[in-house]
Amino acid sequence: MRTRLLLGCLALVLLLAGCSDGGDFAGGRITLRFQSLAWQEESVQANEELVKEWNASHPDVKVEYVQGSWDGVHDQLLTSFEGGEAPDIIHDASDDLADFAYGGYLADLTDLLPARLKSDIPQRSWETATFGDGIYGVPFLQEPRVLVANAKWLKQAGVRIPTPERPWSWAEFRAITERLSGDGRYGVAWPLKEPVSATLNLSLSSGGRLFHRDADGKVTVRFGADDEVMPRTVHDQVNADRSASPTTLGSGGSDTLPGFFGGRYAMVPLGFSYRQQIVQQAPKGFDWQVLPAPAGADGLTQGVSPQTLSIAEDSPHKREAAEFIDFLLRPDNMVRLALGDWMLPTGTEALKDPALHTTENDWATGTALATHLRSAPAQSVRGYPEWKDKIATPAFQEYYSGAIGLDELRDRLEEDGNLVLARYQR
Amino acid sequence: MRTGRTARAGQYVALLAYLVFLAFPFLWLISTAFKPPRELGSLHPTWIPRDPTLANFRQAFDEQPLLHAALNSLIAALGAALVAVLLATPMAYVMARHRTRLARAATGWVIVSQAFPLVLVIIPLFLVLKNLRLINSMPGLITVYVVWALPFALWMLVGYVRAVPPELEEAAAVDGAGRLRTLVSVTAPLLAPGIVATAMFAFVTAWNEFFFALVLLKTPEKQTLPVILTHFIGAEGVADLGPLAAAAFLATLPSLVVFALIQRRITGGMLTGAVKN
Repeated sequence: MRTRLLLGCLALVLLLAGCSDGGDFAGGRITLRFQSLAWQEESVQANEELVKEWNASHPDVKVEYVQGSWDGVHDQLLTSFEGGEAPDIIHDASDDLADFAYGGYLADLTDLLPARLKSDIPQRSWETATFGDGIYGVPFLQEPRVLVANAKWLKQAGVRIPTPERPWSWAEFRAITERLSGDGRYGVAWPLKEPVSATLNLSLSSGGRLFHRDADGKVTVRFGADDEVMPRTVHDQVNADRSASPTTLGSGGSDTLPGFFGGRYAMVPLGFSYRQQIVQQAPKGFDWQVLPAPAGADGLTQGVSPQTLSIAEDSPHKREAAEFIDFLLRPDNMVRLALGDWMLPTGTEALKDPALHTTENDWATGTALATHLRSAPAQSVRGYPEWKDKIATPAFQEYYSGAIGLDELRDRLEEDGNLVLARYQR
Repeated sequence: MRTGRTARAGQYVALLAYLVFLAFPFLWLISTAFKPPRELGSLHPTWIPRDPTLANFRQAFDEQPLLHAALNSLIAALGAALVAVLLATPMAYVMARHRTRLARAATGWVIVSQAFPLVLVIIPLFLVLKNLRLINSMPGLITVYVVWALPFALWMLVGYVRAVPPELEEAAAVDGAGRLRTLVSVTAPLLAPGIVATAMFAFVTAWNEFFFALVLLKTPEKQTLPVILTHFIGAEGVADLGPLAAAAFLATLPSLVVFALIQRRITGGMLTGAVKN
């Protein structure tokens, strides 16, 4: 019996030894791990092809493609950073980077990136990944929020069709949705399951900032008249005009599509990349089009959190990782990635590509909005995730559904919200 | 009599309603898995797809290594179930039969340990496994699953051991059986349903587990099914619904099969008639 037990233990030890990891070097050459969050078929394919092309032309620096997942990526990366096992090149969204950047997990790319790449991406995009004095990610794909509209319905109603050159004002948008509504049909369906980022990003058009940084660097919340325009429009559409469906306020973008295809809503504000789902799922002959989001005092400006590529601070091969990022984001390659994800590239050269200016699937409308995209207001604010989850999300949800008024919304965002932010800025 | 019939009919209706409620997500998953994209976006969804297709399954298999991931999940789940049961059974026996202060404290600790959130333990656990060179390895993942399932498995088995009358063991001892013989020939067979139920619990827990697998497995060829399933989900929860449903449907099948196979072992009255009065 004892012999059997010993043999069992020995077998277990051998099994453990045999299955453990081998390490990051193969034959002495450098191996970089690139964790990509690409998930759509065309996008994964574009990424894999680019990695293959790099490996074919760089025999000494092999890149290993690792398929990551948007679900749980923050916790997965945090654990990997703490454990010293992070991928060398990290794909993420800029609004997820602040904690990693301030925590010292990401390399400052300021001196690593070539001049070509730095000058190709506009300063307004670099700001989305700049924390303190350092740049901690290369923003490369972004998407504006647009109005996806039932073209036939709008045409029949005879409303003016907005363009990036002549968009609707928020007041005009409200009047038009009221005109389009009636008989159980709504002019718009706002999918506001995550109301905070949608509200903050669209409020930039009317000059809304919400977060104000004082001279001493401390951030406070002030909900002023400029911040009210967008939320008040939605609130009034739902509760006063009945021109926005109250049922979609708790829904995600995908959940609103059946009602949109079924002729229940004339318009749905969605991210630009949702066009892929619309192309796949729309009934045959369904006539849809992309319209710019309404404009305020600051025109079509809106906030975005681009997808980014970063380098782990612990990576022993930062220079090579930066070279790979530079390769991946050459204008032609950036276009391939953008087309695969149905998003817009941040690079000015890539944005000129004719493939992004076609009328097919309204690429041109989205591309025309690229110059109006700015850093999402909150992404560099420490304590923003807690403020968002505990204070702002329930407050906006209650306001949009009509449970509380604008004064109550302001009080909660400012008074309760500033208490939360203060804890992070002591 | 009439009242009794009415009450029984009410019970059946309630049971049926409960079964429908339980089955709804799974039936909807099956329906979704066979629907083409245009039916997925319909305002008036139907239970039976109007134009059923296998395209979602084809796409799911084309895009992701589902079979390989299923094999990884199977190894992890079977390994976790086996080791958890092997460790928990003798521990549970000691805790059930020897009610000392230490055993009571151990039981308390077992229950308390269930309250720790994953995020709290994952970083120290990751560092421990890294030092043992068990990151990105199946034995590492199995070890974590065993540690995670062990407290509840132990708690389950203590209850089963207590249900075995000690008089049976005493009778065996009187008949001349040694300690080991008594355990193997008398106690273990009576514990079998409990052991099977515990193994089932550990298997299903490991089969469905996502977070540890996501964090601990670095390379695609090691990843398990729950991790692979999230590859059909994009930023802000946008999903490729058809292939996701097809893959999720396939992922639920092994659990169902295992349940079906051992259901009788769990519910069978193994203790019936064990003690003569």
